[in-house]
Amino acid sequence: MGKHRGELAKTLTGIRGLDQITRGGLPKGRPTLVCGGPGSGKTLLAMTFIVNGIVQFDEPGVLMTFEENVEEIASDVASLGFDLPALIEQQKLAVDYVRVERSEIEETGEYDLEGLFVRLDHAIRSVGARRVVLDTIESLFAGLKNDTILRSELRRLFRWLKDQGVTAVITGERGDGLLTRQGLEEYVSDAVILLDHRTHDQVSTRRLRVVKYRGSYHGTNEYPFLIDADGISVLPVSSLALQHSAPLERVSSGIVWLDEMLSGQGYYRGSTILVSGTAGTGKTSLAVHFLDAACRRGERCLCFLFEESPQQLIRNMRSIGIDLEPWVRGGLLQFQADRPSRYGLETHLVTMYQTVADFKPTVTVIDPVTNLMTVGTYADVQAMLTRMIDHLKTERITAMLTSLTPGLTDLERTETTISSLMDTWIILANEQVDARHRRGLYVLKSRGMAHSNELREFGLTARGLTATDPANEPRLSPDAAPALSEGRDRHAVV
Amino acid sequence: MPLSEDGVALPPAAAQTYQLRLYVAGQTPKSVLAFTNLKQICDKHLEGRYEIEIIDLVEHPQLASGDQILAIPTLVRRLPEPIKKIIGDLSNTERVLVGLDLRVRQ
Repeated sequence: MGKHRGELAKTLTGIRGLDQITRGGLPKGRPTLVCGGPGSGKTLLAMTFIVNGIVQFDEPGVLMTFEENVEEIASDVASLGFDLPALIEQQKLAVDYVRVERSEIEETGEYDLEGLFVRLDHAIRSVGARRVVLDTIESLFAGLKNDTILRSELRRLFRWLKDQGVTAVITGERGDGLLTRQGLEEYVSDAVILLDHRTHDQVSTRRLRVVKYRGSYHGTNEYPFLIDADGISVLPVSSLALQHSAPLERVSSGIVWLDEMLSGQGYYRGSTILVSGTAGTGKTSLAVHFLDAACRRGERCLCFLFEESPQQLIRNMRSIGIDLEPWVRGGLLQFQADRPSRYGLETHLVTMYQTVADFKPTVTVIDPVTNLMTVGTYADVQAMLTRMIDHLKTERITAMLTSLTPGLTDLERTETTISSLMDTWIILANEQVDARHRRGLYVLKSRGMAHSNELREFGLTARGLTATDPANEPRLSPDAAPALSEGRDRHAVV
Repeated sequence: MPLSEDGVALPPAAAQTYQLRLYVAGQTPKSVLAFTNLKQICDKHLEGRYEIEIIDLVEHPQLASGDQILAIPTLVRRLPEPIKKIIGDLSNTERVLVGLDLRVRQ
Protein backbone atom coordinates (compact mmCIF):
# COMPACT_ATOMS: atom_id res chain seq x y z
CA MET A 1 0.00 0.00 0.00
CA GLY A 2 1.58 3.23 -1.05
CA LYS A 3 1.23 6.49 0.74
CA HIS A 4 -1.85 8.31 -0.38
CA ARG A 5 -1.49 11.76 -1.73
CA GLY A 6 -2.09 14.48 0.80
CA GLU A 7 -1.86 12.18 3.81
CA LEU A 8 -0.36 13.68 6.94
CA ALA A 9 3.05 12.85 8.26
CA LYS A 10 2.88 10.03 10.78
CA THR A 11 4.74 8.76 13.79
CA LEU A 12 5.24 5.02 14.17
CA THR A 13 4.02 3.54 17.42
CA GLY A 14 6.11 0.39 17.00
CA ILE A 15 3.02 -1.54 18.14
CA ARG A 16 2.61 -4.57 15.98
CA GLY A 17 -0.49 -4.19 13.85
CA LEU A 18 -1.45 -0.69 14.91
CA ASP A 19 0.96 0.93 12.49
CA GLN A 20 -0.56 -1.14 9.70
CA ILE A 21 -4.15 -0.22 10.51
CA THR A 22 -3.25 3.45 10.68
CA ARG A 23 -1.05 3.18 7.61
CA GLY A 24 2.04 4.44 9.36
CA GLY A 25 1.17 5.38 12.91
CA LEU A 26 -0.34 8.34 14.73
CA PRO A 27 -0.57 11.84 13.28
CA LYS A 28 2.84 13.37 13.70
CA GLY A 29 2.99 16.45 15.90
CA ARG A 30 -0.65 16.13 16.91
CA PRO A 31 -2.62 14.70 19.80
CA THR A 32 -4.39 11.36 19.55
CA LEU A 33 -7.11 10.36 21.99
CA VAL A 34 -7.07 6.77 23.21
CA CYS A 35 -10.23 5.90 25.11
CA GLY A 36 -11.68 2.81 26.72
CA GLY A 37 -13.15 1.42 29.90
CA PRO A 38 -11.20 0.41 32.98
CA GLY A 39 -8.69 -2.31 32.18
CA SER A 40 -9.02 -1.87 28.44
CA GLY A 41 -5.32 -1.31 27.97
CA LYS A 42 -5.21 2.48 27.40
CA THR A 43 -2.33 3.11 29.73
CA LEU A 44 -0.39 0.19 28.36
CA LEU A 45 -0.88 1.37 24.80
CA ALA A 46 0.25 4.85 25.77
CA MET A 47 3.29 3.53 27.66
CA THR A 48 4.27 1.31 24.74
CA PHE A 49 4.04 4.30 22.42
CA ILE A 50 6.45 6.23 24.67
CA VAL A 51 8.91 3.43 25.36
CA ASN A 52 9.02 2.27 21.72
CA GLY A 53 9.61 5.87 20.75
CA ILE A 54 12.71 5.99 22.92
CA VAL A 55 14.02 2.48 22.28
CA GLN A 56 13.16 2.00 18.61
CA PHE A 57 12.97 5.47 17.13
CA ASP A 58 15.27 7.53 19.30
CA GLU A 59 12.48 9.93 20.20
CA PRO A 60 12.59 10.94 23.87
CA GLY A 61 9.30 11.10 25.68
CA VAL A 62 7.37 12.69 28.50
CA LEU A 63 4.84 10.89 30.59
CA MET A 64 2.48 13.02 32.61
CA THR A 65 0.49 10.73 34.82
CA PHE A 66 -2.55 11.75 36.83
CA GLU A 67 -3.45 8.45 38.47
CA GLU A 68 -0.34 6.54 39.44
CA ASN A 69 3.02 7.71 40.63
CA VAL A 70 6.31 6.93 38.92
CA GLU A 71 7.05 3.85 41.04
CA GLU A 72 3.62 2.36 40.44
CA ILE A 73 3.78 2.89 36.69
CA ALA A 74 7.32 1.56 36.52
CA SER A 75 6.38 -1.65 38.32
CA ASP A 76 3.23 -2.05 36.18
CA VAL A 77 5.25 -2.15 32.97
CA ALA A 78 8.41 -3.85 34.27
CA SER A 79 6.95 -7.24 33.37
CA LEU A 80 6.89 -6.15 29.73
CA GLY A 81 10.59 -5.47 29.84
CA PHE A 82 10.16 -1.71 30.07
CA ASP A 83 12.82 -0.31 32.37
CA LEU A 84 11.49 3.14 33.15
CA PRO A 85 14.07 4.02 35.84
CA ALA A 86 16.87 3.32 33.32
CA LEU A 87 15.22 5.48 30.65
CA ILE A 88 14.79 8.27 33.18
CA GLU A 89 18.43 7.87 34.20
CA GLN A 90 19.52 8.15 30.56
CA GLN A 91 17.47 11.35 30.30
CA LYS A 92 15.33 9.87 27.53
CA LEU A 93 12.19 9.89 29.61
CA ALA A 94 10.70 12.43 31.98
CA VAL A 95 7.83 11.43 34.21
CA ASP A 96 5.72 13.92 36.12
CA TYR A 97 3.06 12.69 38.46
CA VAL A 98 0.29 15.25 38.81
CA ARG A 99 -1.83 14.75 41.89
CA VAL A 100 -4.94 16.77 42.51
CA GLU A 101 -6.80 16.30 45.73
CA ARG A 102 -10.07 18.13 45.77
CA SER A 103 -10.33 18.13 49.54
CA GLU A 104 -7.01 19.99 49.84
CA ILE A 105 -7.93 22.74 47.44
CA GLU A 106 -10.06 25.79 48.00
CA GLU A 107 -11.08 27.67 44.87
CA THR A 108 -11.64 31.39 44.89
CA GLY A 109 -11.82 33.60 41.86
CA GLU A 110 -10.23 33.32 38.47
CA TYR A 111 -7.37 30.95 37.71
CA ASP A 112 -5.84 29.10 34.82
CA LEU A 113 -3.78 25.93 34.48
CA GLU A 114 -0.55 27.65 33.62
CA GLY A 115 1.17 25.52 36.28
CA LEU A 116 0.37 22.42 34.24
CA PHE A 117 1.74 24.05 31.11
CA VAL A 118 4.91 25.06 32.93
CA ARG A 119 5.45 21.53 34.18
CA LEU A 120 4.81 19.96 30.80
CA ASP A 121 7.03 22.47 29.08
CA HIS A 122 9.78 21.89 31.63
CA ALA A 123 9.55 18.11 31.20
CA ILE A 124 9.58 18.34 27.39
CA ARG A 125 12.65 20.59 27.43
CA SER A 126 14.49 18.51 29.98
CA VAL A 127 14.70 15.49 27.65
CA GLY A 128 14.03 17.08 24.26
CA ALA A 129 10.80 15.09 24.01
CA ARG A 130 9.14 14.30 20.69
CA ARG A 131 6.38 12.22 22.25
CA VAL A 132 4.06 13.05 25.14
CA VAL A 133 1.53 10.97 27.02
CA LEU A 134 -1.14 12.42 29.30
CA ASP A 135 -2.70 9.62 31.35
CA THR A 136 -5.55 10.29 32.27
CA ILE A 137 -6.05 14.02 32.12
CA GLU A 138 -9.75 13.68 32.86
CA SER A 139 -8.78 13.09 36.48
CA LEU A 140 -8.54 16.87 36.67
CA PHE A 141 -12.32 17.05 36.55
CA ALA A 142 -12.47 15.17 39.82
CA GLY A 143 -9.91 17.47 41.42
CA LEU A 144 -11.10 20.88 40.31
CA LYS A 145 -14.58 22.32 40.58
CA ASN A 146 -14.67 24.84 37.80
CA ASP A 147 -15.53 22.87 34.67
CA THR A 148 -15.70 25.97 32.52
CA ILE A 149 -12.11 26.94 33.28
CA LEU A 150 -10.98 23.33 32.91
CA ARG A 151 -12.55 22.92 29.51
CA SER A 152 -11.16 26.09 28.10
CA GLU A 153 -7.74 25.24 29.52
CA LEU A 154 -7.80 21.74 28.05
CA ARG A 155 -8.67 23.23 24.69
CA ARG A 156 -5.70 25.55 25.10
CA LEU A 157 -3.49 22.66 26.21
CA PHE A 158 -4.20 20.54 23.14
CA ARG A 159 -3.55 23.52 20.88
CA TRP A 160 -0.34 24.19 22.80
CA LEU A 161 0.76 20.57 22.33
CA LYS A 162 0.31 20.99 18.59
CA ASP A 163 2.34 24.17 18.68
CA GLN A 164 5.14 22.27 20.42
CA GLY A 165 5.11 19.80 17.54
CA VAL A 166 5.05 16.80 19.85
CA THR A 167 3.09 13.68 19.01
CA ALA A 168 0.80 13.17 21.97
CA VAL A 169 -1.37 10.37 23.26
CA ILE A 170 -4.13 11.44 25.62
CA THR A 171 -6.05 8.71 27.39
CA GLY A 172 -9.65 9.03 28.43
CA GLU A 173 -12.12 6.92 30.35
CA ARG A 174 -15.08 5.66 28.34
CA GLY A 175 -18.25 7.56 29.24
CA ASP A 176 -21.99 6.99 28.95
CA GLY A 177 -22.94 7.64 25.36
CA LEU A 178 -19.67 9.49 24.90
CA LEU A 179 -16.28 8.21 23.92
CA THR A 180 -14.88 9.80 27.07
CA ARG A 181 -16.55 10.91 30.27
CA GLN A 182 -15.79 14.55 29.72
CA GLY A 183 -16.24 14.54 25.97
CA LEU A 184 -12.53 15.06 25.28
CA GLU A 185 -13.16 13.88 21.74
CA GLU A 186 -14.51 17.35 21.14
CA TYR A 187 -11.06 18.82 21.76
CA VAL A 188 -8.81 16.16 20.33
CA SER A 189 -10.06 15.99 16.82
CA ASP A 190 -7.14 14.57 14.89
CA ALA A 191 -7.33 10.92 15.77
CA VAL A 192 -9.40 8.85 18.16
CA ILE A 193 -8.72 5.21 19.02
CA LEU A 194 -11.26 3.22 20.99
CA LEU A 195 -10.33 0.17 23.05
CA ASP A 196 -12.89 -2.33 24.16
CA HIS A 197 -12.83 -5.32 26.45
CA ARG A 198 -15.79 -7.67 26.23
CA THR A 199 -16.58 -11.03 27.67
CA HIS A 200 -18.74 -13.49 25.80
CA ASP A 201 -19.33 -16.98 27.19
CA GLN A 202 -16.56 -16.38 29.73
CA VAL A 203 -14.10 -15.75 26.94
CA SER A 204 -12.68 -12.28 26.97
CA THR A 205 -12.02 -10.41 23.81
CA ARG A 206 -10.10 -7.19 23.40
CA ARG A 207 -10.73 -5.01 20.42
CA LEU A 208 -9.34 -1.82 19.00
CA ARG A 209 -11.02 0.52 16.57
CA VAL A 210 -9.79 3.68 14.92
CA VAL A 211 -12.88 5.83 15.31
CA LYS A 212 -11.49 8.85 13.61
CA TYR A 213 -8.32 9.84 11.83
CA ARG A 214 -8.53 13.20 10.20
CA GLY A 215 -6.89 13.46 6.81
CA SER A 216 -5.90 9.84 6.63
CA TYR A 217 -7.22 6.58 5.35
CA HIS A 218 -7.61 3.99 8.06
CA GLY A 219 -9.31 0.69 8.65
CA THR A 220 -12.68 1.21 10.33
CA ASN A 221 -13.15 -2.35 11.53
CA GLU A 222 -12.71 -3.57 15.05
CA TYR A 223 -9.42 -5.36 15.33
CA PRO A 224 -8.71 -7.92 18.00
CA PHE A 225 -5.71 -7.17 20.11
CA LEU A 226 -3.74 -8.97 22.71
CA ILE A 227 -1.85 -8.04 25.82
CA ASP A 228 0.76 -10.62 26.71
CA ALA A 229 4.31 -10.86 27.96
CA ASP A 230 5.54 -9.09 24.82
CA GLY A 231 3.16 -6.19 25.32
CA ILE A 232 0.36 -5.09 23.13
CA SER A 233 -0.22 -6.31 19.60
CA VAL A 234 -3.10 -5.63 17.27
CA LEU A 235 -4.15 -8.11 14.70
CA PRO A 236 -4.77 -6.28 11.47
CA VAL A 237 -6.44 -7.56 8.41
CA SER A 238 -3.29 -7.83 6.45
CA SER A 239 -4.74 -6.09 3.47
CA LEU A 240 -7.58 -3.64 3.32
CA ALA A 241 -8.07 -4.50 -0.31
CA LEU A 242 -7.78 -7.69 -2.28
CA GLN A 243 -4.22 -7.31 -3.34
CA HIS A 244 -2.86 -10.81 -3.00
CA SER A 245 -0.32 -11.74 -5.58
CA ALA A 246 -1.28 -14.76 -7.65
CA PRO A 247 1.81 -16.89 -8.07
CA LEU A 248 1.83 -19.39 -10.92
CA GLU A 249 4.16 -21.75 -9.11
CA ARG A 250 2.69 -25.07 -8.11
CA VAL A 251 3.37 -27.25 -5.09
CA SER A 252 2.77 -30.95 -4.81
CA SER A 253 0.06 -32.29 -2.53
CA GLY A 254 2.47 -35.09 -1.70
CA ILE A 255 0.12 -37.57 -3.37
CA VAL A 256 0.80 -38.37 -7.00
CA TRP A 257 -2.74 -39.23 -7.99
CA LEU A 258 -4.12 -36.14 -6.24
CA ASP A 259 -1.64 -33.94 -8.09
CA GLU A 260 -2.94 -35.53 -11.27
CA MET A 261 -6.47 -34.57 -10.33
CA LEU A 262 -5.23 -31.00 -9.83
CA SER A 263 -4.29 -30.64 -13.50
CA GLY A 264 -1.20 -32.73 -12.92
CA GLN A 265 0.77 -30.28 -10.78
CA GLY A 266 -0.82 -29.93 -7.36
CA TYR A 267 -1.89 -26.76 -5.54
CA TYR A 268 -0.91 -23.21 -6.37
CA ARG A 269 1.72 -21.77 -4.08
CA GLY A 270 0.20 -19.27 -1.69
CA SER A 271 -3.28 -20.67 -2.17
CA THR A 272 -5.61 -21.86 0.58
CA ILE A 273 -6.95 -25.38 0.60
CA LEU A 274 -9.93 -26.63 2.58
CA VAL A 275 -10.16 -30.34 3.27
CA SER A 276 -13.50 -31.33 4.71
CA GLY A 277 -15.07 -34.58 5.66
CA THR A 278 -16.64 -36.55 8.49
CA ALA A 279 -14.62 -38.19 11.24
CA GLY A 280 -12.09 -40.76 10.10
CA THR A 281 -12.13 -39.90 6.42
CA GLY A 282 -8.42 -39.15 6.24
CA LYS A 283 -8.28 -35.36 6.48
CA THR A 284 -5.26 -35.29 8.74
CA SER A 285 -3.52 -37.93 6.63
CA LEU A 286 -4.03 -35.80 3.54
CA ALA A 287 -2.58 -32.81 5.37
CA VAL A 288 0.38 -34.80 6.61
CA HIS A 289 1.20 -35.91 3.07
CA PHE A 290 1.30 -32.27 2.14
CA LEU A 291 3.56 -31.40 5.09
CA ASP A 292 5.90 -34.30 4.37
CA ALA A 293 6.23 -33.31 0.71
CA ALA A 294 6.94 -29.69 1.64
CA CYS A 295 9.63 -30.73 4.12
CA ARG A 296 11.20 -32.93 1.47
CA ARG A 297 11.45 -29.82 -0.70
CA GLY A 298 13.18 -28.12 2.22
CA GLU A 299 10.28 -25.79 3.00
CA ARG A 300 9.49 -24.62 6.50
CA CYS A 301 6.15 -25.93 7.72
CA LEU A 302 4.00 -24.84 10.60
CA CYS A 303 1.18 -27.04 11.84
CA PHE A 304 -1.48 -25.86 14.29
CA LEU A 305 -3.14 -28.75 16.07
CA PHE A 306 -6.44 -28.26 17.86
CA GLU A 307 -7.26 -31.89 18.49
CA GLU A 308 -4.22 -34.13 18.84
CA SER A 309 -0.88 -33.66 20.48
CA PRO A 310 2.17 -33.63 18.18
CA GLN A 311 3.29 -36.95 19.70
CA GLN A 312 -0.06 -38.59 18.93
CA LEU A 313 0.00 -37.27 15.42
CA ILE A 314 3.56 -38.43 14.74
CA ARG A 315 2.77 -41.90 16.11
CA ASN A 316 -0.46 -42.22 14.13
CA MET A 317 1.11 -41.12 10.89
CA ARG A 318 3.81 -43.74 11.11
CA SER A 319 1.01 -46.22 10.46
CA ILE A 320 0.57 -44.75 6.99
CA GLY A 321 4.30 -44.76 6.41
CA ILE A 322 5.05 -41.12 7.12
CA ASP A 323 7.61 -40.23 9.76
CA LEU A 324 7.49 -36.56 10.63
CA GLU A 325 9.90 -36.73 13.51
CA PRO A 326 13.08 -36.10 11.45
CA TRP A 327 11.53 -32.92 10.06
CA VAL A 328 10.70 -31.72 13.56
CA ARG A 329 14.22 -32.51 14.77
CA GLY A 330 15.71 -30.82 11.73
CA GLY A 331 13.73 -27.67 12.49
CA LEU A 332 11.75 -27.68 9.23
CA LEU A 333 8.48 -28.63 10.86
CA GLN A 334 7.02 -26.98 13.91
CA PHE A 335 3.88 -28.02 15.74
CA GLN A 336 1.80 -25.67 17.78
CA ALA A 337 -0.78 -27.62 19.73
CA ASP A 338 -3.43 -25.93 21.82
CA ARG A 339 -6.77 -26.71 23.23
CA PRO A 340 -9.21 -24.29 21.58
CA SER A 341 -10.92 -23.51 24.89
CA ARG A 342 -7.68 -22.38 26.43
CA TYR A 343 -7.92 -18.85 25.18
CA GLY A 344 -10.33 -16.45 23.63
CA LEU A 345 -10.52 -16.20 19.88
CA GLU A 346 -8.47 -13.07 19.61
CA THR A 347 -5.71 -14.71 21.62
CA HIS A 348 -5.68 -17.66 19.26
CA LEU A 349 -5.61 -15.35 16.32
CA VAL A 350 -2.81 -13.20 17.63
CA THR A 351 -0.82 -16.21 18.86
CA MET A 352 -1.12 -17.86 15.47
CA TYR A 353 -0.19 -14.64 13.77
CA GLN A 354 2.88 -14.24 15.97
CA THR A 355 3.93 -17.86 15.52
CA VAL A 356 3.72 -17.40 11.77
CA ALA A 357 5.70 -14.18 12.01
CA ASP A 358 8.37 -15.84 14.16
CA PHE A 359 8.72 -19.16 12.33
CA LYS A 360 8.26 -17.79 8.79
CA PRO A 361 6.80 -20.92 7.24
CA THR A 362 5.95 -21.32 3.55
CA VAL A 363 3.37 -24.00 4.35
CA THR A 364 0.85 -23.90 7.19
CA VAL A 365 -1.72 -26.46 8.26
CA ILE A 366 -4.58 -25.88 10.69
CA ASP A 367 -6.07 -29.17 11.92
CA PRO A 368 -8.96 -29.02 12.42
CA VAL A 369 -10.12 -25.47 11.97
CA THR A 370 -13.64 -26.44 13.07
CA ASN A 371 -12.48 -26.97 16.65
CA LEU A 372 -12.12 -23.22 16.94
CA MET A 373 -15.89 -22.98 16.49
CA THR A 374 -16.34 -23.78 20.15
CA VAL A 375 -14.50 -20.68 21.24
CA GLY A 376 -16.52 -17.80 19.91
CA THR A 377 -19.68 -16.78 18.22
CA TYR A 378 -20.21 -17.73 14.63
CA ALA A 379 -19.57 -14.20 13.36
CA ASP A 380 -16.41 -13.85 15.43
CA VAL A 381 -14.95 -17.11 14.21
CA GLN A 382 -15.76 -16.22 10.65
CA ALA A 383 -14.09 -12.84 11.04
CA MET A 384 -11.08 -14.42 12.67
CA LEU A 385 -10.61 -17.03 9.97
CA THR A 386 -11.04 -14.43 7.28
CA ARG A 387 -8.23 -12.41 8.82
CA MET A 388 -5.98 -15.39 9.31
CA ILE A 389 -6.46 -16.67 5.78
CA ASP A 390 -6.07 -13.21 4.39
CA HIS A 391 -2.82 -12.82 6.27
CA LEU A 392 -1.46 -16.16 5.08
CA LYS A 393 -2.32 -15.27 1.51
CA THR A 394 -0.59 -11.94 1.78
CA GLU A 395 2.52 -13.70 3.08
CA ARG A 396 2.27 -16.18 0.17
CA ILE A 397 1.97 -19.05 2.60
CA THR A 398 0.27 -22.11 1.20
CA ALA A 399 -2.31 -23.04 3.81
CA MET A 400 -4.35 -26.17 4.34
CA LEU A 401 -7.30 -26.15 6.71
CA THR A 402 -9.07 -29.31 7.66
CA SER A 403 -12.71 -29.18 8.58
CA LEU A 404 -14.72 -31.78 10.40
CA THR A 405 -18.19 -32.28 8.97
CA PRO A 406 -20.57 -33.76 11.54
CA GLY A 407 -22.14 -36.94 10.24
CA LEU A 408 -23.63 -37.09 6.79
CA THR A 409 -25.66 -33.99 7.38
CA ASP A 410 -25.35 -30.69 5.65
CA LEU A 411 -21.85 -29.27 5.44
CA GLU A 412 -20.77 -27.10 8.31
CA ARG A 413 -21.87 -23.52 8.09
CA THR A 414 -18.31 -22.25 8.44
CA GLU A 415 -17.28 -24.14 5.42
CA THR A 416 -19.80 -22.40 3.28
CA THR A 417 -18.87 -18.98 4.62
CA ILE A 418 -15.14 -19.38 4.38
CA SER A 419 -15.36 -21.31 1.14
CA SER A 420 -15.21 -18.11 -0.86
CA LEU A 421 -11.73 -17.57 0.59
CA MET A 422 -10.67 -21.04 -0.45
CA ASP A 423 -8.89 -21.65 -3.68
CA THR A 424 -9.20 -25.38 -3.50
CA TRP A 425 -11.85 -27.40 -1.71
CA ILE A 426 -11.42 -31.13 -1.30
CA ILE A 427 -14.15 -33.31 0.17
CA LEU A 428 -13.50 -36.68 1.73
CA ALA A 429 -16.12 -39.27 2.64
CA ASN A 430 -16.57 -42.79 3.90
CA GLU A 431 -19.19 -45.26 2.98
CA GLN A 432 -20.01 -48.85 3.72
CA VAL A 433 -20.29 -51.04 0.67
CA ASP A 434 -20.61 -54.79 1.03
CA ALA A 435 -19.41 -54.66 4.65
CA ARG A 436 -16.31 -52.78 3.51
CA HIS A 437 -15.22 -49.34 4.48
CA ARG A 438 -14.57 -47.38 1.33
CA ARG A 439 -13.07 -43.96 1.03
CA GLY A 440 -13.67 -41.38 -1.63
CA LEU A 441 -12.18 -38.01 -2.53
CA TYR A 442 -13.58 -35.31 -4.69
CA VAL A 443 -12.19 -31.92 -5.74
CA LEU A 444 -15.18 -29.65 -5.29
CA LYS A 445 -13.39 -26.65 -6.66
CA SER A 446 -9.90 -25.52 -7.49
CA ARG A 447 -9.58 -22.07 -8.88
CA GLY A 448 -7.44 -21.36 -11.89
CA MET A 449 -6.90 -24.92 -12.99
CA ALA A 450 -8.68 -27.59 -14.95
CA HIS A 451 -9.16 -29.98 -12.04
CA SER A 452 -10.64 -33.41 -12.24
CA ASN A 453 -14.35 -33.76 -11.51
CA GLU A 454 -13.86 -37.39 -10.79
CA LEU A 455 -14.80 -39.07 -7.55
CA ARG A 456 -11.68 -41.01 -6.64
CA GLU A 457 -11.67 -43.95 -4.35
CA PHE A 458 -8.60 -44.43 -2.25
CA GLY A 459 -7.25 -46.52 0.57
CA LEU A 460 -5.32 -45.62 3.71
CA THR A 461 -2.41 -48.01 3.59
CA ALA A 462 1.05 -48.38 5.04
CA ARG A 463 2.17 -46.32 2.04
CA GLY A 464 -0.27 -43.53 2.74
CA LEU A 465 -3.25 -42.50 0.68
CA THR A 466 -3.17 -44.78 -2.30
CA ALA A 467 -5.56 -44.61 -5.19
CA THR A 468 -7.61 -47.69 -5.78
CA ASP A 469 -7.23 -48.76 -9.37
CA PRO A 470 -10.56 -47.87 -10.95
CA ALA A 471 -10.25 -50.75 -13.41
CA ASN A 472 -10.30 -53.36 -10.67
CA GLU A 473 -12.94 -51.90 -8.43
CA PRO A 474 -16.55 -51.15 -8.97
CA ARG A 475 -17.06 -47.39 -9.10
CA LEU A 476 -18.84 -45.74 -6.25
CA SER A 477 -22.38 -45.08 -7.17
CA PRO A 478 -23.75 -41.59 -6.51
CA ASP A 479 -26.65 -43.18 -4.59
CA ALA A 480 -24.29 -44.92 -2.26
CA ALA A 481 -22.29 -41.83 -1.51
CA PRO A 482 -24.69 -39.24 -0.18
CA ALA A 483 -22.05 -36.91 1.24
CA LEU A 484 -20.16 -36.92 -1.99
CA SER A 485 -23.14 -36.45 -4.21
CA GLU A 486 -24.23 -33.65 -1.96
CA GLY A 487 -20.87 -32.11 -2.62
CA ARG A 488 -21.58 -32.41 -6.32
CA ASP A 489 -24.93 -30.74 -5.96
CA ARG A 490 -23.40 -27.90 -4.04
CA HIS A 491 -20.89 -27.32 -6.74
CA ALA A 492 -23.46 -25.35 -8.65
CA VAL A 493 -23.93 -22.81 -5.89
CA VAL A 494 -20.34 -22.34 -4.75
CA MET B 1 -7.80 28.40 71.81
CA PRO B 2 -7.82 30.99 69.03
CA LEU B 3 -11.13 32.51 68.13
CA SER B 4 -12.35 34.02 64.90
CA GLU B 5 -13.54 37.64 64.86
CA ASP B 6 -17.09 36.48 65.52
CA GLY B 7 -15.94 34.45 68.48
CA VAL B 8 -16.01 30.92 67.00
CA ALA B 9 -13.32 28.49 68.10
CA LEU B 10 -10.65 27.84 65.45
CA PRO B 11 -8.11 25.04 65.10
CA PRO B 12 -5.06 25.66 67.34
CA ALA B 13 -2.95 26.14 64.21
CA ALA B 14 -4.66 29.45 63.53
CA ALA B 15 -2.65 31.05 66.33
CA GLN B 16 0.73 30.16 64.81
CA THR B 17 2.89 32.01 62.37
CA TYR B 18 1.74 31.52 58.79
CA GLN B 19 4.27 30.56 56.16
CA LEU B 20 2.67 31.24 52.79
CA ARG B 21 3.80 30.70 49.24
CA LEU B 22 2.16 32.31 46.25
CA TYR B 23 2.87 30.62 42.95
CA VAL B 24 2.56 32.81 39.87
CA ALA B 25 3.69 32.58 36.27
CA GLY B 26 4.91 35.98 35.21
CA GLN B 27 3.34 39.30 36.09
CA THR B 28 -0.18 38.56 34.90
CA PRO B 29 -3.19 40.61 36.03
CA LYS B 30 -4.57 37.57 37.91
CA SER B 31 -1.28 37.13 39.77
CA VAL B 32 -0.99 40.79 40.67
CA LEU B 33 -4.57 40.77 41.86
CA ALA B 34 -3.98 37.65 43.92
CA PHE B 35 -0.97 39.21 45.64
CA THR B 36 -2.84 42.42 46.40
CA ASN B 37 -5.78 40.47 47.84
CA LEU B 38 -3.50 38.24 49.86
CA LYS B 39 -1.54 41.14 51.32
CA GLN B 40 -4.77 42.83 52.44
CA ILE B 41 -6.13 39.71 54.05
CA CYS B 42 -2.88 38.97 55.86
CA ASP B 43 -2.47 42.52 57.13
CA LYS B 44 -5.95 42.43 58.52
CA HIS B 45 -6.10 38.91 59.94
CA LEU B 46 -2.52 37.79 60.51
CA GLU B 47 -0.80 41.00 61.38
CA GLY B 48 2.81 40.41 62.36
CA ARG B 49 2.72 36.64 62.05
CA TYR B 50 2.94 35.81 58.38
CA GLU B 51 5.58 35.40 55.67
CA ILE B 52 4.79 35.46 51.95
CA GLU B 53 7.19 33.93 49.48
CA ILE B 54 6.43 34.52 45.82
CA ILE B 55 7.57 31.88 43.36
CA ASP B 56 7.49 32.76 39.68
CA LEU B 57 7.31 29.48 37.73
CA VAL B 58 8.42 31.19 34.55
CA GLU B 59 11.79 31.59 36.25
CA HIS B 60 11.72 28.38 38.30
CA PRO B 61 9.63 25.82 36.42
CA GLN B 62 11.26 22.97 38.32
CA LEU B 63 9.57 24.15 41.54
CA ALA B 64 6.05 23.46 40.25
CA SER B 65 5.97 19.73 40.85
CA GLY B 66 7.13 19.86 44.46
CA ASP B 67 3.98 21.53 45.72
CA GLN B 68 1.87 19.87 42.99
CA ILE B 69 1.04 23.19 41.35
CA LEU B 70 -1.38 23.12 38.44
CA ALA B 71 -3.46 26.21 38.74
CA ILE B 72 -2.10 29.71 38.66
CA PRO B 73 -2.24 31.56 40.93
CA THR B 74 -1.98 29.05 43.79
CA LEU B 75 -1.52 30.02 47.38
CA VAL B 76 0.06 27.31 49.53
CA ARG B 77 -0.07 27.43 53.31
CA ARG B 78 3.15 25.63 54.25
CA LEU B 79 2.76 26.31 57.95
CA PRO B 80 0.89 25.69 60.09
CA GLU B 81 0.34 22.15 58.97
CA PRO B 82 -1.50 20.54 57.27
CA ILE B 83 -0.59 22.05 53.92
CA LYS B 84 -3.49 23.88 52.33
CA LYS B 85 -3.96 25.17 48.83
CA ILE B 86 -6.12 27.97 47.61
CA ILE B 87 -6.31 28.52 43.89
CA GLY B 88 -7.57 31.58 42.07
CA ASP B 89 -7.12 35.32 42.38
CA LEU B 90 -8.21 35.25 46.06
CA SER B 91 -11.00 37.72 45.33
CA ASN B 92 -13.43 35.97 47.66
CA THR B 93 -12.06 36.95 51.07
CA GLU B 94 -14.52 34.72 52.89
CA ARG B 95 -13.27 31.61 51.12
CA VAL B 96 -9.65 32.55 51.57
CA LEU B 97 -10.21 32.87 55.32
CA VAL B 98 -11.95 29.49 55.41
CA GLY B 99 -9.13 28.00 53.34
CA LEU B 100 -6.55 29.36 55.79
CA ASP B 101 -8.52 28.10 58.78
CA LEU B 102 -9.12 31.66 59.91
CA ARG B 103 -12.83 31.25 59.67
CA VAL B 104 -15.05 28.24 60.20
CA ARG B 105 -16.83 26.98 57.09
CA GLN B 106 -20.47 28.05 57.26
